Amino acid sequence: MAVYPPQPTKEPPISARGPIAWIRHNLLSSPYNIAFTILGLAILYWTVPPFIKWAVIDAHFAGDSKSACTGGGACWVFIKEKLDMFLFGFYPHDQLWRPKSVFAAVLALGAFAKFVPGLHRLKLTLIVLFPVFAYLMLHGGHFGLSLVETSKWGGLLLTLVIASVGIVLSFPIGILLALGRQSKLPIIKSLSVFYIEFVRGVPLITVLFMASVVLPLFFPEGVNFDKLARALIGITFFEAAYVAENIRSGFQAIPKGQYEAADALGLSYWQKMGLVILPQAIKVTIPNLVGTFISLFKDTSLVMIIGLFDLLAMVNVTANDRDWLGMDTEGYVFVAFIFWIFTFSMSMYSKRLEKRLDTNNK
Amino acid sequence: MANETPTQTQAKAQETPQATHISKEDPKAVHPLGEPMIRLENVNKWYGDFHVLKNINLEVRKGEIVVVAGPSGSGKSTMIRCINRLEEYQEGSIKVKGIEVNNDVKNLKKVRANVAMVFQHFNLFPHLTILENLTLAPVWVYKKPKKEAIETAMHYLEKVNIAEQAHKYPNQLSGGQQQRVAIARALCKSPDIMLFDEPTSALDPEMIGEVLDVMVKLAEEGKTMITVTHEMGFARKVADRVIFMDAGQIVEENDPETFFHHPESERLQLFLKQILNH
Ligand SMILES: Nc1ncnc2c1ncn2[C@@H]1O[C@H](COP(=O)(O)OP(=O)(O)O)[C@@H](O)[C@H]1O
Ligand SMILES: [Mg+2]
Repeated sequence: MAVYPPQPTKEPPISARGPIAWIRHNLLSSPYNIAFTILGLAILYWTVPPFIKWAVIDAHFAGDSKSACTGGGACWVFIKEKLDMFLFGFYPHDQLWRPKSVFAAVLALGAFAKFVPGLHRLKLTLIVLFPVFAYLMLHGGHFGLSLVETSKWGGLLLTLVIASVGIVLSFPIGILLALGRQSKLPIIKSLSVFYIEFVRGVPLITVLFMASVVLPLFFPEGVNFDKLARALIGITFFEAAYVAENIRSGFQAIPKGQYEAADALGLSYWQKMGLVILPQAIKVTIPNLVGTFISLFKDTSLVMIIGLFDLLAMVNVTANDRDWLGMDTEGYVFVAFIFWIFTFSMSMYSKRLEKRLDTNNK
Repeated sequence: MANETPTQTQAKAQETPQATHISKEDPKAVHPLGEPMIRLENVNKWYGDFHVLKNINLEVRKGEIVVVAGPSGSGKSTMIRCINRLEEYQEGSIKVKGIEVNNDVKNLKKVRANVAMVFQHFNLFPHLTILENLTLAPVWVYKKPKKEAIETAMHYLEKVNIAEQAHKYPNQLSGGQQQRVAIARALCKSPDIMLFDEPTSALDPEMIGEVLDVMVKLAEEGKTMITVTHEMGFARKVADRVIFMDAGQIVEENDPETFFHHPESERLQLFLKQILNH
């Protein structure tokens, strides 16, 4: 028998820490790894410097017409001159203060919600009222504001309207569908399953065509149903099926014991789902949900095919201007950059949200 | 002693003051035995073709501590889960304080308000703090004002010696602490009856004691309890009755002394040998 003295805690050896160890471990650990590292560096070398040369070094920023752009660099003058169209489409020029103040209101509301503590009820009220405000502002026809038909809305404005309405409305519908799919009532269950599987088996373009062509058939003749509204309905119901599937995968991560504990405490079905199951299911499925919303955001460009002019469609419009022919490249690069800013922010936000909601290791 | 023989329960009735407290709706309550809290009569349950509960008869009176033991898969959990209708049964009748446990939503609500359950795996809600776990049902189901619910919750957290953890999340606590929280959560709706389903089986050995201490305290305060457990020390100390289940039926039922020292059935003798001699 023996008794052993306590051992001291030591730092790991130098060879296992620091940047050199990291490089050796991650970039140069095997011949394959070395080959891929070299290939990666080569690709970066061939693509990044020429792009920077085109987009920054040789680029033209000053001036107000195509003649300001000579030589090979990018002509950002084009973007500068057409910025209003990229942002707002055909929205009347003298009314642009309206969408601008809606954008400003979004930022103000966001800052208020984030930086001012407490006041939850006021915040909630403002957030709920915001869509009403935005609609009245953008559409007009009341309170002395001139009417601006939705067919005039375009560019980033339209993209954001479609994406946010689609996201906000598809979420509750998706939750209901997911609950329906879990339901013990056979009719509700099979209807939900049928709906979800049907929609997921159909491309968005088809849904948009159907919303645009088939939907009006359900309305009495003479009712001219707004094209944008049709697109919104189509996108919302399309997206809801994907949201439902995301949430269902979240349900599957919830142990049976959670349902049982809620039942045993006496919670009703809606209390159990709303207070116990859904918050957890949504939490585990946030990365998937955000992925779904990111693809929705990008898919909004498909509304082009039913004659709406979103951000991407504006590239064609502006580059077809006789004074700016051949500016497609600048247009696409700019639009790609805008899309990237939004999708990247969404994905960063989802990371932060996940961390904040993670109650496992706080 | 066979499971229908009421000798032992009768003895208990004489010392229970509730014996005269009789509810009018339930004619069976007019019985010299006193106030039954739970009554299972000829309960049968099947999972598909599998006969999981066979003609279960059981009566538990106010303040009584019943321990249920038996091999794994014998139907212990299924039986107590029928009492708060986490499981349905197909034949017979279960009454809690005279209320029939059946499909009726109103009955179910009343039953669940009266019966609380503590699970093997605690089943705390991981997205809520300890305090929120405790106040959830009182606030939403029993419509208590939030302030009152918090006071009650803190009272029970103190009782299980864990009040200082009120604002943590369940996963920051040890298993023993989580189970004590689960007990406090169950107590928050002031249930008349507590059901425990192997509350210490998922715990590391050094944490079993702290949970059993809390349960003993409850038992001594006169809570009506049905506990599925293999902690024979607990059974000896506080049980009024110990029930042995095997293959879906109650095989033997006795006071702890007789149960452990003079088991009648061969199956119980074998079972005791297995759990005590390892
Ligand atoms: N949902 C279920 N479906 C089918 N069989 C089940 C189900 N739950 C439990 N059983 C079976 O019923 C029997 C009794 O289970 P249980 O009551 O959990 O036993 P115990 O708690 O005594 O270990 C076991 O054989 C188990 O496999
Ligand atoms: Mg069990």
